[in-house]
Amino acid sequence: MDLNIAGSRLDVTEDGYLTDLSQWNKEIAKEIAKENNIELTDKHWEVLNWIQEQVKSDVALSIRGIKKSGIIDIKEFYNLFPGGPLKISTKIAGVPKPKSCI
Amino acid sequence: MKNLVILGAGTSGTMMANHLVSKLDKKDWNITIVDQYKTHYYQPGFLFLPFDIYTEDQVKKVGKKFIPKGVNYIQKKIEQIFPKENKVELEDETLQYDILIVATGCKIAPQETEGMKGENWHKTVFDFYTYEGSLALRNKLRDWKGGKMVVHFTEMPIKCPVAPLEFVFLADSYFTKKGMRDKVDLTYVTPLGGAFTKPKATAALSHLMKEKNIKVVTDFNIERVDNEKNQIVDYGDTTVDFDLLVTVPTNMGDEVIERSGMGDDLNYVPTHHTTLQSLDNENVFVIGDATNVPASKAGSVAHFASETLTDNILLYIAGKPLKEEFDGHANCFIETGNNKALLIDFNYKYEPLEGTFPIAGIGPLKLLKESIFNHWGKLAFRWIYWNMLLKGIPIPMVSRNMSLKGKKIN
Repeated sequence: MDLNIAGSRLDVTEDGYLTDLSQWNKEIAKEIAKENNIELTDKHWEVLNWIQEQVKSDVALSIRGIKKSGIIDIKEFYNLFPGGPLKISTKIAGVPKPKSCI
Repeated sequence: MKNLVILGAGTSGTMMANHLVSKLDKKDWNITIVDQYKTHYYQPGFLFLPFDIYTEDQVKKVGKKFIPKGVNYIQKKIEQIFPKENKVELEDETLQYDILIVATGCKIAPQETEGMKGENWHKTVFDFYTYEGSLALRNKLRDWKGGKMVVHFTEMPIKCPVAPLEFVFLADSYFTKKGMRDKVDLTYVTPLGGAFTKPKATAALSHLMKEKNIKVVTDFNIERVDNEKNQIVDYGDTTVDFDLLVTVPTNMGDEVIERSGMGDDLNYVPTHHTTLQSLDNENVFVIGDATNVPASKAGSVAHFASETLTDNILLYIAGKPLKEEFDGHANCFIETGNNKALLIDFNYKYEPLEGTFPIAGIGPLKLLKESIFNHWGKLAFRWIYWNMLLKGIPIPMVSRNMSLKGKKIN
């Protein structure tokens, strides 16, 4: 499936996650954030960068990883991305959401 | 003489020993396998043990039976790997190697969650990923009078990611058969966005939860188990009450990987996705649950990987480039209760799709659809595991790489 966000044509999954991180840019992130009623602050960007780095180095994303990241504590993470912080932050970061095999 | 050392005699290590014993020239190579435990468990059986579908004897055998003649089997604890010095320190001896295969697996780490391995561990809080946990749960269920059963997993990655779902489906059947389903409130709690997370599976299977009257709590990231209130509590302060908690704790690679400084945060060894060579040491190869590759942690994955890894060990010895062949292929039966099961076949690139397997258009197995035939397949698999899989015998018509034949892509 493809989708137009912030003037770019993107490959996305049926639930709107980018399938190719190289298509991601900051404008796209801002648009996806806006759809989730989030205004991105410096702290958000820091978390998004960290998430992208983890994914690039094959580390599975989880709340424990956030806890150990040293950049944010978990309560703050919930405050930044309310309602399902991993699900929402990964969407904005342009990486796959954490998933299972089915 | 050169030395090839395999660490771990579980599913992966045993398969590699069986593959390599006939492929490496005995004049040139010694093969050694190390594992401190005497018992080889059929881990998929831990799903059935709690429901009295399998007996203890059906899920464990003496590991030695499966190690081929010509392989040196050492039953000792592995203290540390020194990859820069090509040696492995055991409790009272040191092994030098030319090639090392790490097959040390992964296991539950309930101590990672506050209160999980607390006063109620194996009393009202159970795992079913160990023989002890699964057996304790069986004994509990035999005379449990009902109440709130919560089936939960802590975080990905876990071994056999569908097992918690299978557990809740089998629980529904079990309590129905016992005539007490109306006394049991079943809830499935997941840290992910849904009980199903892949689009095709979500569309094909979401109805199962409703049909079986199983409540689903999503996006639940457990912070702690409250042993006073019998609740699990998440970081967003949501709570779920239980009378009986069946949980899959965080899974981690073996501590020896941590002691050797070879793993990531969860003690998984960084491994090349398609060659299975370790990223840090060219004479170290990694297979099964010990790797960090983004494939499912499952015996079928290890089985397919073992075929590629065998070829790559031979190529490495011959000084030739390795095959970038392994595709993350997994092929798993999923119990859905009432003597039915699904079959899924997928890899790194393709999610589980509908279709027929292994023969396109014919089957006889159906992909991503419930059938009684699939359930027989799952039960037959125990025999295949002990008699074919561990011995490294290829399963007829099932190739190491995933085939798109018979699958509906759109």
